[in-house]
Amino acid sequence: MIAASGSASFSWNLVSDLSQMLSYQFMRNAFLAGTIVSVVAGVVGYFVVLRRTAFAAHALSHIGFAGAAGAVLLGVNPVWGLLTFCLGGALAMGSLGQRLRDRDTVIGIVLAFMLGLGVLFIALYSGFSTEAYSILFGEILGISTSDVVLTAVVGAIALAALGAMYRPLLFASVDEEVAVARRVPVRLLSIAFLLTVALAVAVAVQVVGVLLIFSLLVTPAAVAERLTMRPASAMVAAVAVSLACSWLGLAIGYYVSYPVSFFITSLAFLAYALTRTATALARRRAGRLGPGRTGPEYAGGHPG
Amino acid sequence: MSSHPLTPPDQPAVCAHDLAAGYGESAVWSHATFDVAPGSFVAILGPNGAGKSTLLRQLLGLLRPLAGRLEVLGEPPHRGNPSIGYVPQARTLDPEVAFRGVDLVRLGLDGHRFGFAPPWGSRAARQQAVERAVASVAAAGYAGRRLGAMSGGERQRLLLAQALVGEPRLLLLDEPLASMDVRNQAAMVELISSVALERRLTVLLVAHDLNPLRNAIDLVCYVANGRVAFGPPEVVVTSEVLSTLYGAPVEVLVDSRGRRFVVGIEEETAHPHRHGPDGVSL
Repeated sequence: MIAASGSASFSWNLVSDLSQMLSYQFMRNAFLAGTIVSVVAGVVGYFVVLRRTAFAAHALSHIGFAGAAGAVLLGVNPVWGLLTFCLGGALAMGSLGQRLRDRDTVIGIVLAFMLGLGVLFIALYSGFSTEAYSILFGEILGISTSDVVLTAVVGAIALAALGAMYRPLLFASVDEEVAVARRVPVRLLSIAFLLTVALAVAVAVQVVGVLLIFSLLVTPAAVAERLTMRPASAMVAAVAVSLACSWLGLAIGYYVSYPVSFFITSLAFLAYALTRTATALARRRAGRLGPGRTGPEYAGGHPG
Repeated sequence: MSSHPLTPPDQPAVCAHDLAAGYGESAVWSHATFDVAPGSFVAILGPNGAGKSTLLRQLLGLLRPLAGRLEVLGEPPHRGNPSIGYVPQARTLDPEVAFRGVDLVRLGLDGHRFGFAPPWGSRAARQQAVERAVASVAAAGYAGRRLGAMSGGERQRLLLAQALVGEPRLLLLDEPLASMDVRNQAAMVELISSVALERRLTVLLVAHDLNPLRNAIDLVCYVANGRVAFGPPEVVVTSEVLSTLYGAPVEVLVDSRGRRFVVGIEEETAHPHRHGPDGVSL
């Protein structure tokens, strides 16, 4: 893991700090990639949490590990390996495990096999340990300008796909049986959603790595779920949390020579811990005031 | 209330002729012939596994008839029919999901459409439709709460609102009274029948027990032993008809309050693999 330039020192003049930070190309790229990934991961993450598909997202990142390792072995940009394997894995999982009870088993089986492949690729490629390390834990400070462009394109595709299936996906996620009756293509949506998660995972791996993917894909959405129940607000909140984590993480990483992914994951964890404590306290207080809380917008409704 | 053209009074809401239902080759039941007049309240009764929900699945266009003819509101059943409001068994809903009741109702309005709802234009109209549906099931007090923080009955009302929000003409309810206590069952039946009357809906309701429904319903569709009996409850739920249906002696006892109890059905009739000597209360 590259630590940012050790010579940088923090002053309380934040404007000059920021302009100094952004005078480096690698920092500009890192901020751009971090921003794109945070937006995509926040929005996709809302559905990952709502649909309880965190395990699938986890598995996709490990499948991506095999892909990235394979790409390095072939001398190709790891991002291509990530994309290919994640999309292939999503297709396989989406078409194999339809019933929820089957799904975890199938995912686990594919995941284990893919990790095994990754290990083989590592063994075949000598001098692989640094590459493996950056795939596993992310290397946001090493992102090239062309990677940023690719990240933007993939991220835009993921967001456009989610936008197109927004309402039926919400319907299928919450109330599958009625959705089926209303002619929502539930099966197709489930595969399309996994493909979208695959895109999000592929770009997010560059920032936080395979093993830490949850800090951007699940934690911010889990924080948001505790703050609001409205789908649109929850997505905005998830994006805000993940942006805050990646920006702050990058800024701290610029001054303190520890891995940026550590700061991002720690901030995400902190955000979750604080939200959880705060909402638990708020609920306890509300409980003491008495039950029967109503949504403000329907408090005035009258029975028909 | 209804903006859609009314069904001609002589056209039945549901029309089945020599209908058979089943999965694959084997029929769950067959030779069902009946007409449901528009505005009727029909209870679909029968033992577990007799094929009550199967009838609903056929009406929804989720399952093709094995044989015979079926028409819903004058046309063959087809998936996504906007004239049908459907409430599945409540236990299929994940109670832990972080989702508000109103948003669930809202899905019934436009959840099947692709893309996201534009924040301009018909926003106010959509909001109004949702509020009206919520008010019509008297759920305004808690519709803003998380689904998991509601009682089963409250959730059931919101599911009903979701089915109503699209202004359907036919309402299909799968065991809406399951796991409710007697008082809640009575309130639910009262609500369904008043909503149906007000909106001139035809209602088909799957239930285990005739008695909570007996003052509200017009007709009974009794599914048992691979066959279907149809007619007014005092005609169908009788010793004669049920004995013929089951092909075994069955006795219907009527108590002083008009409640009907079916006794003498061996558990075997419903579950060929299990044995149980007790009578089944309808």
